[in-house]
Amino acid sequence: MSDLPLPLQALNRQLVWDGFKQLLPISLFVTVFGVAFGLAATQAGLENSSILMMSAWVFAGSSQFAALELWGTHVAVIPLMITVFAINARHLLMGATLYPWIKHLPPAKRYGVMCLVSDANWAMSMQAFNRGEAGLGLVLGGGFALWLFWMIGTWLGMAFGSAIQDPRSLGLDMVMGCFMLSMVIGGEKNGRIVIIWILAACSSLLAYRYLPENTHVIVGALAGGVLGAVWMEKNHEH
Amino acid sequence: MSIETAGIGAIAVILIMSFVTLATRLGGVFVMSFVPISYRVKQFIGAMSGSVLVALVAPMALEGDQGARLALLTTLVVMLVVKKPLVAISAGILAAALVRYLIG
Repeated sequence: MSDLPLPLQALNRQLVWDGFKQLLPISLFVTVFGVAFGLAATQAGLENSSILMMSAWVFAGSSQFAALELWGTHVAVIPLMITVFAINARHLLMGATLYPWIKHLPPAKRYGVMCLVSDANWAMSMQAFNRGEAGLGLVLGGGFALWLFWMIGTWLGMAFGSAIQDPRSLGLDMVMGCFMLSMVIGGEKNGRIVIIWILAACSSLLAYRYLPENTHVIVGALAGGVLGAVWMEKNHEH
Repeated sequence: MSIETAGIGAIAVILIMSFVTLATRLGGVFVMSFVPISYRVKQFIGAMSGSVLVALVAPMALEGDQGARLALLTTLVVMLVVKKPLVAISAGILAAALVRYLIG
């Protein structure tokens, strides 16, 4: 290796492998969440092949839990699409923040790397860029580590879940709700966000009561989003 | 429009989910290569991504049994105090199991 510093947008085998190793500790936690998903999916009545396929192709925990909530003998397509989009829309922001570096890659590589973007590897790559280090290896290699352990966890949860007789008495039907709630509370909190959440909760409950089935998710998400767009944070980061 | 989840239908549902999720992963970079995403749109997305989870959980608290309610309350409190999702989720599940064991 030469001693010349790598450009920040660099992406080579060594950087990808380093990224994989750096995300391994967090990946162990991802395994546990995968177990929770595998368990919840078994309870929701999904076949084993569907559960593994969903984790492999969707690879986005919160939206997979939300899909279980909408799962039945039939699934309403439009509410499902809007729910998945609303939960995963934060990926759009990740792409936008990575753009200054990723734009230097040829399109195939650029979009290839983005296929594996997720909360943890994105956050670590942004930290690397801010320290003046190459970060795209973290997105790709780290993303692969997260994906691998998400699959292992899903498989474990599935195997474990089908062996449990009465999941409800063990509180396991609450895995989904508690997971989603912890994701909400774990995010950024301030007065503005809390009021947005309260509006989302109230509009969701009203829609749940008075509007057709499954519309409450969309109504709550849009109500919160619109309030956020109208009542913007003061500190412009330009 | 709805899809039956038996057999091939489940695969169709998962494909749709994968497509939507992939669009969010690639869309940010794609849009930015034409026009920068405005501050207002970023604020909308930021507010919406938390709100959708709140909108999913709220009816569970309203319609659920005492075990479900205490599970969510426990997760909320533990998450605020300890700030560790796995601890908060485990505590919530344990709370539901305990309440159901005691009350039946």
